[in-house]
Amino acid sequence: MSVADQTMAPTSTPVESSGPLAHDATAAPHHTSTGLSNEKLGMWLFLGSECLLFGGLISTFLLYRAKDVPGMAGPAVGDLYDIPFTSVSSFVLLMSSLTMVLSLSAIQRADQRRARTWLLTTALLGGTFVAGQVYEFTAFVREGLGYTTNLQSSAFYTLTGFHGVHVTLGIVMLMSLFVMSLRGRLSSERAETVEIVGLYWHFVDIVWIIIFTLVYLIPA
Amino acid sequence: MALTEVRPPLELTAGDEPLRKPLGAFTRPTSSQGWRSWITTVDHKKIGIMYGATAMAFFALGGLEALLIRAQLAQPNGQVLDPQVYNQMFTMHGTTMIFLVIMPMLAAFSNYLIPLMIGARDVAFPRLNALSYWIFLFGGLFLYSSFVLGGPPDSGWFNYAPQSGVVHSPGHGIDYWTLGLQITGIASLLGAVNLIVTCLNMRAPGMTLLRMPVFVWMALVAQFLLLFAIPVITVALFLLMFDRLFGANFFNVSAGADPLLWQHLFWIFGHPEVYILILPAFGIVSEVIPTFARKPLFGYPFMVFSGIAIGFMGWGVWVHHMFASGVGPVSVAAFALTTMFIAVPTGVKIFNWIGTLWKGKLQFTTAMMFAVGLVSQFTIGGLSGVMHSVAPHDTQQTDTYFIVAHFHYVLFGGSMFGIFAGMYYWWPKIFGYKLSERIGKKNFWLMFVGFNLTFAPMHIVGLQGMPRRTATYPEGMGWDLMNLLETIGAFIIAVSFLVWIYNVVASRKNPHAGADPWDARTLEWGTSSPPPVHNFDVEPTAEHLDEWWHVKYDEDEQGRPVRRQSYTFYSDVDEASKARGGRAPEVDTSSIHLPSPSYWPVVIALALPLIGYGLIYTYWLAGIGGLLLFAGVYGLGLEPSVDPEAGHDDHAADGHPDPDPDTETGTELVDAEVGAPGGAGASKEETP
Repeated sequence: MSVADQTMAPTSTPVESSGPLAHDATAAPHHTSTGLSNEKLGMWLFLGSECLLFGGLISTFLLYRAKDVPGMAGPAVGDLYDIPFTSVSSFVLLMSSLTMVLSLSAIQRADQRRARTWLLTTALLGGTFVAGQVYEFTAFVREGLGYTTNLQSSAFYTLTGFHGVHVTLGIVMLMSLFVMSLRGRLSSERAETVEIVGLYWHFVDIVWIIIFTLVYLIPA
Repeated sequence: MALTEVRPPLELTAGDEPLRKPLGAFTRPTSSQGWRSWITTVDHKKIGIMYGATAMAFFALGGLEALLIRAQLAQPNGQVLDPQVYNQMFTMHGTTMIFLVIMPMLAAFSNYLIPLMIGARDVAFPRLNALSYWIFLFGGLFLYSSFVLGGPPDSGWFNYAPQSGVVHSPGHGIDYWTLGLQITGIASLLGAVNLIVTCLNMRAPGMTLLRMPVFVWMALVAQFLLLFAIPVITVALFLLMFDRLFGANFFNVSAGADPLLWQHLFWIFGHPEVYILILPAFGIVSEVIPTFARKPLFGYPFMVFSGIAIGFMGWGVWVHHMFASGVGPVSVAAFALTTMFIAVPTGVKIFNWIGTLWKGKLQFTTAMMFAVGLVSQFTIGGLSGVMHSVAPHDTQQTDTYFIVAHFHYVLFGGSMFGIFAGMYYWWPKIFGYKLSERIGKKNFWLMFVGFNLTFAPMHIVGLQGMPRRTATYPEGMGWDLMNLLETIGAFIIAVSFLVWIYNVVASRKNPHAGADPWDARTLEWGTSSPPPVHNFDVEPTAEHLDEWWHVKYDEDEQGRPVRRQSYTFYSDVDEASKARGGRAPEVDTSSIHLPSPSYWPVVIALALPLIGYGLIYTYWLAGIGGLLLFAGVYGLGLEPSVDPEAGHDDHAADGHPDPDPDTETGTELVDAEVGAPGGAGASKEETP
């Protein structure tokens, strides 16, 4: 509201406050039956759908890891895990949820500079995680576990790679927000856009916690 | 609203200059007439019509495939089709009818009717709505392009792995199938998010959840099922695609893979899918029957809650598709029980329709005949379905024509009869004139007779053990006469479809039907036919279930309905409709702003088949498709949902002030005035 209000203030009349554009930024920005904005509700629904997507992939992995295949080609994926390394990269991803929240808090307080900083930090932490995943994949392939080597390897790379793609898309969204903010297009009324991207980001994080626990920590 | 606004003279300089061509690629489309308006429209009514027209075109294709199958089976040792082609025909017949006919047909009704029935001006995300349609269309065309690019898929609509793996299906047909269904799946998922948000968020004042028409409820439940079922089949398709294109091992039995994995994933999707196909049809007849029985729907809350119960229980019965696969006695017993239980809420619905018909002043219009047709035919299909909860019976009938008979009674006798009922019922609302009742009744009786002649004998040959998905059968099995009858029946259905097309063409000159030709009960009949682009001049307020009926009718001391002397329509209707007592509202509609048309949905939808072809043939093409997708998503995301430059007709001269120099200004306009934000951020985030 702020910029337009200032530019129009000298000529606008009190009548305008009844106009559709004059609603206060602090009031509920959307007149919806549930009170939740359409965008936010839509994101929640989308994430609900994503649960089933990851659910299917995780089940597939668990099914095939538990399967005892006589004479299986290549190493078992469980023998290759570098738990300390993956723990660190999981921690990095978890911390990115914290910086995401800090960014949202900053934009809600109209602190553009901090919001940008935290957005960039979140993206960098996410990037670190993806880089760690690339490193891990490379190490596994060097150990002789290619994508097509055996049942487990196909399931493992598909599941974790699919999650990595989700993190990457999240980074793209974060960087889009960052650029929007740089160009002055991410005012504090748009805080909800940050919040919605944040929902997605936290979801991807939570899925990783589940994957890390089921795939890495609990032995077959 | 905006009528009272006093505008400063210089507000057009509010700094929106650089935003008009978001990526410099397109000027914003403005046409509301002609073919361009259809390509760029974001109006839920136009999109609904496009869904319907596309689905009926695919219905003709799927029907042709069915006729070829029946021609082959008309006589023993049929020579019409090569066995390979026969496999392709039944695969494409099933895939087409389910994914490209019934699902989009129900999307057509949901799109057109949900906003009208809940008193909204549009769906929650109008541009995503357009995107869903175009993705569905290009996904369907992509799948059908396999006919000219090396042959269509041939593994059945359930496409069991490992039979669908590279070893046994070396052609590209299955690749078209996996990629095509992933593309249409994106369309369904976007549509589900959109329509659920619409139902939950966009209701008119007073339109509580339990005042929503039953059609809206059933569509809502079906969209929830889609939301959770689509990702499951996406996983299955994804795994199969990786097996075929990149050599993964998910269904590679020689590497130890479990062939039941596909069956589980497919049927966890597949059984909810059955309810996705039938629930909106249930909703349609739940609107048609009360209107023509001149009574409110019997047991509205039971109707709603039985629909919700079906929605939940539909997730717990999938293994009854796999009783013959050796899943073990505990699984069989458990899923046999759940299969029995799910018949209960379905039975509740049947009895409620009968209760609505009971002592009603029945008017047997064509729509009503199709609706009663659904009640009777679906009951047969439902009964032959619950028979399969008896596991030994199921094992006996697996892969015979009895199953084919059963699910055609559900999907044709149920869904398609419901769809035809809906078309005859809402045609005057959508196009302003009725379809001819005289031709319509011929349409109905031909379809009714043809349908039963085709599928009833399949029960008998099925019980006698005739296997499905087999291109020929030998002489002397006692199946000759029944198969000939089935083929004759199939051609009668085809004639009935031609009668319907003739009706559509011949009825175009019918007189205007008026706003409320059936004296119906729900909000959409309170606006003009066809509705104005903004649906309602005045926003309806719902004080009752069946609000429009209560607007028109009062009750006397005995509780009989008495037509009010005077009531107000929700928009300016034709003179004939006003003659029965209704008035047009006195309101200036020039301040109603709707989202502007956009090219981006088509661009994004075009990118997906490119990626598909690229994955099959050459990755370069996939790269180009990916770039186009990327550009399209950003184009759509950054484009204001309402064009800041659009004239808004009447007061083009005064434009609008820009509350902040933000690309999403348009969203604010829509929020405040229409309540239909197509948020710029949302589309971007929903793409992964």
